[in-house]
Amino acid sequence: MIWLLFGLLLISVSGIPGLFIDRTRGGGERLACGLVLLGTLLCSWSLLLSISEPLQSFSSNWSVPAGEFSLVLDSISLAFIAPLLLVVATGAIYGLSYWPQQENPDNGRKLRLFFGLISGAMILIFTARNSILFLIAWETMALAGYFLITTEDRKAEARQAGYIYLIATHTGTLALFGLFALLEQAAGTTAFPAVASLPLAGSSLIFLIGLFGFGMKAGLMPLHIWLPGAHAAAPSHASALLSGIMIKTGIYGLIRLTSFFAVIPAWWGWTLLVLGAVSGILGVALALAQHDIKRLLAYHSVENIGIIALGLGLALLGRSYDQPALVILGLSGCLLHVINHGLFKSLLFLSAGSMIHAVGSREIDQFGGLLKRQRWTGLFFLGGAVAICGLPPFNGFVSEWLIYLAAFQPLQQPGSALTLSLLTAPALALIGGLALACFVKVFGVSFLGEPRSKSAAQAHEAKPSMLWPMGVLLLACVWIGLLPGSLRALLERAATDWTGNPTLPPLAGDLAPLSAISLAGWVLLGLLLLFGWWLQRKCRQCRQAPGRIGTWGCGYPFPATSMQYTASSFADNLVRLFRFGLWSKRHGGQVEGLFPQDDEFSSHTPDLVLDRTLTPAFAGIAWLFHWLRRLFQNGVVAIYLLYVALTLIVLLTLLTR
Amino acid sequence: MIGRIALQLAVLLIFAPLPLGVINKTKALFAGRIGPPVLQPYYDLARLWRKGFVISRTTTWVFLAGPVVGLVVPLLAALLLPFGGLPAPISFSGDLILFVYLFGLSRFFTAVAALDTGSSFEGMGAAREVTFSCLAEPTLLFALLVLARGAKSLNLGALFGPQLAGQWQGDASASLGLILVCLFVVLLVENSRIPFDDPNTHLELTMVHEVMVLDHSGPALGMVLYGATMKLMVMSALLVGIALPLRTGSLLLDLLVFLAGILSLAVLIGVVESTMARLQLPRVPQVLVGTTLLSIFALVLVLR
Repeated sequence: MIWLLFGLLLISVSGIPGLFIDRTRGGGERLACGLVLLGTLLCSWSLLLSISEPLQSFSSNWSVPAGEFSLVLDSISLAFIAPLLLVVATGAIYGLSYWPQQENPDNGRKLRLFFGLISGAMILIFTARNSILFLIAWETMALAGYFLITTEDRKAEARQAGYIYLIATHTGTLALFGLFALLEQAAGTTAFPAVASLPLAGSSLIFLIGLFGFGMKAGLMPLHIWLPGAHAAAPSHASALLSGIMIKTGIYGLIRLTSFFAVIPAWWGWTLLVLGAVSGILGVALALAQHDIKRLLAYHSVENIGIIALGLGLALLGRSYDQPALVILGLSGCLLHVINHGLFKSLLFLSAGSMIHAVGSREIDQFGGLLKRQRWTGLFFLGGAVAICGLPPFNGFVSEWLIYLAAFQPLQQPGSALTLSLLTAPALALIGGLALACFVKVFGVSFLGEPRSKSAAQAHEAKPSMLWPMGVLLLACVWIGLLPGSLRALLERAATDWTGNPTLPPLAGDLAPLSAISLAGWVLLGLLLLFGWWLQRKCRQCRQAPGRIGTWGCGYPFPATSMQYTASSFADNLVRLFRFGLWSKRHGGQVEGLFPQDDEFSSHTPDLVLDRTLTPAFAGIAWLFHWLRRLFQNGVVAIYLLYVALTLIVLLTLLTR
Repeated sequence: MIGRIALQLAVLLIFAPLPLGVINKTKALFAGRIGPPVLQPYYDLARLWRKGFVISRTTTWVFLAGPVVGLVVPLLAALLLPFGGLPAPISFSGDLILFVYLFGLSRFFTAVAALDTGSSFEGMGAAREVTFSCLAEPTLLFALLVLARGAKSLNLGALFGPQLAGQWQGDASASLGLILVCLFVVLLVENSRIPFDDPNTHLELTMVHEVMVLDHSGPALGMVLYGATMKLMVMSALLVGIALPLRTGSLLLDLLVFLAGILSLAVLIGVVESTMARLQLPRVPQVLVGTTLLSIFALVLVLR
């Protein structure tokens, strides 16, 4: 455990030495990267030790009044910290070339300082066992996150996104203060209560406040308002960390919070299922309508948080209805998807960063034909896309499969109240289908076809120090997809840590045959490689005339690159289907008259909650108060005297009784 | 194990192009033509295999990945299904999800390969394909839920077990009938048949699946075609497995019944194609959502 603390410290301070180096010179970034790598190595060593010796802990007195400085590393923490370390290490290396100090003298040092700080704070969150310590770490993370989002604070867009983030995160933190105050009342101490120790009484309020506070951080719809803007504005490796790991602190909070209670009311699980399904479906529908690649990926985070919430909801229902199989399948699916999403979402953000670096735009319709110029980035993005769609043989499939298995469990017990949770399965199928459509769109439009802009035609491949981190992340995705059994022990122990019940059924045999999935994955991969090689060889053998010609343009001899299908056109069918929830704005495109003039068409989908609800509502409130102020503070001295007199009369009547 | 896998694959590989020939023959008879021979798809495949490639210079390796995935996926998916008397060679709890997601993988790569050509027509086809399929997916899941409810198992092999015959006679017959209709619609959508798509249309603008593979040629086109026929066979096996739960005990006889079922389904598809007009494109999602509602109704019937 002491290694973890050392590592945590090293990662947190990694950006500080760089502050003393001249801002126009390099050097600080390599130092910071080295410190982060050393820190993650130390932490990984600690994690490895904890496999042989579970439940490592560390505690010492500190001068803060409430409780003691207490850290525990159990399997739930392990499942969150392991992907964190990988994402932080790869992000730090990636940042060397993506955001070099010499090209960004204004903000390079700031970025690295807060990148290290947020990583350290998150490790602390995942291990803290004291409310005060947890809140300190939480607030450090929240503020460091703000500075990451506003790295480019010269841009109005980044400032705006940071402002919304700050409001959202502090609203959430406010709820957490209430949550921990209530928890202290229930448990009697600021230390986290033991597993399954709290009574049912008063738990509902605690859960609701926790759901609000943690759900705000996780980005559950409709609390996701800060997420799209924030992830779009931050530098790509910071977005990878924010989207891959930081939003999971909310999920971690919910898992930890629900582990405290001995009895789980059924409505908790149902609430999470409904929120999960809404986040999943609307998240991916909103993602489909986006043109900005990073905003699109951010909406996919909302979708994946929805899938994670579905898993957690099923596990909670399993506890309410006393179904151990449902508990283990749901929680394993939830935790595995947390790990998986951390991996493939970081991979996607890093490769998106490489594209943005090469083309200089975030608009999908400015890319095109990048696979020819960025072979490796394209391959990595394709891997991440297949993984996030939950397709075999990658890791996303394994976790979604576990959640499906959990959703099918009620079939075994006919007639129970659980039957309604069967609907999780078709909801997941719809989410999967829409995610597939979305990633076909992104990959196809940006990497395939002909370049859609001049800068895309001149794009270059990223430097090796940006490619290697992506390769490592893709390998991790493939590893979990092909060898899911290697994580079995971790998932089983996490479920035990969560319920306090050591007799849960194992994740093997007929319940969840991970080895069969692994076998199917290998067979699929083997067959694909075999047939691919075969076709490639056959293709090479007869590579004679006429060989390569232009794409068939249906007889039209002068095809132009602008005639390719665009991202908006591709998504239009589905966006129209979801217009009841998206309300896209469409401008132009109406052809009039016999000899139509040039016309333009554009479509734009604002966020459902932020742009359609909250912004108008707050604008209305602001207008109301503005009006009230003008009414009361109108500058007429006589009226002010009247206020004084009225106040006096009110005070006299109240106080002289 | 190896023998069973080989036998299953042999049945699939040998008989897969036959239903396509039967469909075309049925359509020809309805139109009063003699039509191509029933074995024409085999001749086509053999001819394509001998041809050379013509590949657009816009494309990358992804373009060839489409046919490969399209061929491998039905091969693997067929191993999860029982073919008449032949039990499923690979069977484990939860393989029905793998079955559904494998076809997702093939759709992903077919659509991506279409976008690789940079042609607006192929992009349009890909957009339509992913739209329709993602609406068909929940229906397939609902149908599998109904079957899993009856079999009390999550093995695709066990879903078509002997309990089906009892269910047809019991009170679950109504929902089985409903999901049969739903699965037939899914089959028509996924295999791009009329009324959702016309495989024989001659205008690129109106195609869905055909336009996606417009630029393929030679052996790659052969792989696409062969993959498509195998997909049709696998999806038909799903329907025939539900509709004909007959077990005589003799392996050969069961297999013959199964093949007869597949061919009569092909005739049925031919009849539908000859007697129906294509749906307007905006109508297709409505029909699919309606089918989903039907399948929900079927699930409610078995769960009550």
